Amino acid sequence: MTMMKTILGAAASVALTAGAALADPALIFDLGGKFDKSFNEAAFNGAQRWAEETGGSFNEIELQSEAQREQALRRFAEAGFNPVITMGFAMADPLSTVAPDYPDTKFAVVDVTWLDAPNVRQIGFAEHEGSYLVGMMAAMASKTGTVGFIGGMDVPLIRHFGCGYAQGAKAVNPDINIVANMTGTTPAAWNDPVKGSELTKAQISQGADVVYAAAGGTGVGVLQTAADEGILSIGVDSNQNHLHPGKVLTSMLKRVDVAVYEAMKAGEDLETGVVTLGLSENGVGYALDENNAALVSDEMKAAVDEARQKIIDGEINVVSYYENDSCPALTF
Amino acid sequence: MDRMPPWADALLVPLISLVLAAILSALVIIGIGEDPVAAVTLMVKGALGSTYGWGYTLYYATNFIFTGLAVAVAFHARMFNIGGEGQAMLGGLGVALVCLYLPLPHWTVALVAAALGAAAFGAAWAYVPAVLQARRGSHIVITTIMFNFIAAALLNYVLVNLLRPKGAMDPATAKFPEGTHLPTLHDMLAPVGIEFSKAAPANVTLLIALLACLAVWLLIWRTRLGYEIRAFGHSETAARYAGISPVRITVVAMLISGGLAGLMALNTTMGEAERLVLNSVEGAGFIGIAVALMGRSHPLGVLMAAILFGFLYQGGAELALWTNIPRELIVVIQALVILFTGALDNMVRMPLERLFLARRKKEG
Repeated sequence: MTMMKTILGAAASVALTAGAALADPALIFDLGGKFDKSFNEAAFNGAQRWAEETGGSFNEIELQSEAQREQALRRFAEAGFNPVITMGFAMADPLSTVAPDYPDTKFAVVDVTWLDAPNVRQIGFAEHEGSYLVGMMAAMASKTGTVGFIGGMDVPLIRHFGCGYAQGAKAVNPDINIVANMTGTTPAAWNDPVKGSELTKAQISQGADVVYAAAGGTGVGVLQTAADEGILSIGVDSNQNHLHPGKVLTSMLKRVDVAVYEAMKAGEDLETGVVTLGLSENGVGYALDENNAALVSDEMKAAVDEARQKIIDGEINVVSYYENDSCPALTF
Repeated sequence: MDRMPPWADALLVPLISLVLAAILSALVIIGIGEDPVAAVTLMVKGALGSTYGWGYTLYYATNFIFTGLAVAVAFHARMFNIGGEGQAMLGGLGVALVCLYLPLPHWTVALVAAALGAAAFGAAWAYVPAVLQARRGSHIVITTIMFNFIAAALLNYVLVNLLRPKGAMDPATAKFPEGTHLPTLHDMLAPVGIEFSKAAPANVTLLIALLACLAVWLLIWRTRLGYEIRAFGHSETAARYAGISPVRITVVAMLISGGLAGLMALNTTMGEAERLVLNSVEGAGFIGIAVALMGRSHPLGVLMAAILFGFLYQGGAELALWTNIPRELIVVIQALVILFTGALDNMVRMPLERLFLARRKKEG
């Protein structure tokens, strides 16, 4: 009997918490998990900042399987969470089926820009533009004339990063040699620092003295090995300069945290539609702080800032990998 | 006879193992400061408390039935097929090619064609390790697991470079045409007046999985081939003496095993996503090993173990949705169940066996 009471009590308390959560925002992390030191963690940081500033609370889930994508969207929408913020291009398809069923709920999705859904805010980033800038810096910092790129899983998005990087490097030095590797072909490639470390060593042996990691948690191993071996590295998504002060040339910032923070701040009044955050919106950029100030010369900074302005003004066109599924500066 | 009664062997041992796993899980949940009773209630309610929950539980179970049967068939021939993952991936490719490139007028036709495609691709992927084992003695455990990685690389190449619609970011095929969409349990049960959740992904493939259980039972215990497989599994030398070709049995058993693993793709690729995504198998091939171990390689046992794991998956999702229990811990709970029912099976079985024997001696 007491057992039964406990169970009923527990069920009631669960129902209560679900009820109290009305109109809070919800955040759905992609399969990489919330603490990937990169994409999802940036989203978490944005949400955390919102929660600290406003004292609000949000619900969250780290997805474990493909079938949970639609499930999590539906359950959060049904429970009244608003807005429901999701991460990653793989949410596009489930979102296009779920969003029309909940017209009063606002959804936001990062890295998706092609849906036709009136209640979805679609946030894209011009990663190729940011990568172009760090590519320039890599080429300028390189003494050997060889720079490296280490991607995570071999998907178009990562080729998109690599393509911008290669264009930037070639803009500085047309004869530069770019060594590009992908960590793997399974989602495990997002979280394999050991393989990242091996690839870095392999690239060093090919002459690379600056490597750019666009590989989620794998990048931690890339940055570590680069620091150990005395070459420079470039971080991604979040500002990773602090991981190895004086050893990380810069980080290609993708301000997912800002996008999530602003979506939560807007709450139910979230503006829907497609938003692309590029250099002009400060959605992407390069990181400069006290950890890498000594590495970035005035000349380098001037050149990169000039290129940044030219991209914003349309004088420099950074070709997107998506335009024709190929890259003018690099073959994968 | 120094054996336990069959009911104890089939029910009591796994039950005690489960209880042990549950106790340990509860301790872990208490350890991170959450309420284990509330967690269990949430899991049970979320997985079995509504047609919606059942829809997900059965959806996952369908995957595990196929991969569990695949492992079970290979087990009967004393082979450890841990390549279910890769075989199911290739099965997905078979389903996608059939659905995208054949003109299929109706889902019934599509289902049969896709099932053939899935089984053929899965079996083909198991064929190479099987031949290597049968003719060259390359150990099947090593070769099948290597083939998982080759399958992942192949699928990645095909999706990123060949099948991906132009300009799409997602490494996945286009949506399958309307005619190939399978009816969900909602569609199937509505005419009989049963209101089943519309959102849940369980679909007609579940019936195929149940048929597969029956077919495997018939195959293993009611056909000559099944007899040969079991004989070969018990003793290769005896089987050889009886005129059973080891090469033939190894290859045939692995083809059936790979075909069953491939059929899993019907559920995920055709039934749920309606397109082939890169990550469609997501570990079901490995869960199949636990399912087969727990189900003692019997189709009925596989069925029940698959439903249990479906429950753990769906219940775990509910935990992830509504509590602060991190997903790593949910994996820990699932792993504890696997550990106790699979790996530590003898820990429960041997004392229990002794207990039964002692009692029998007393009575005797």
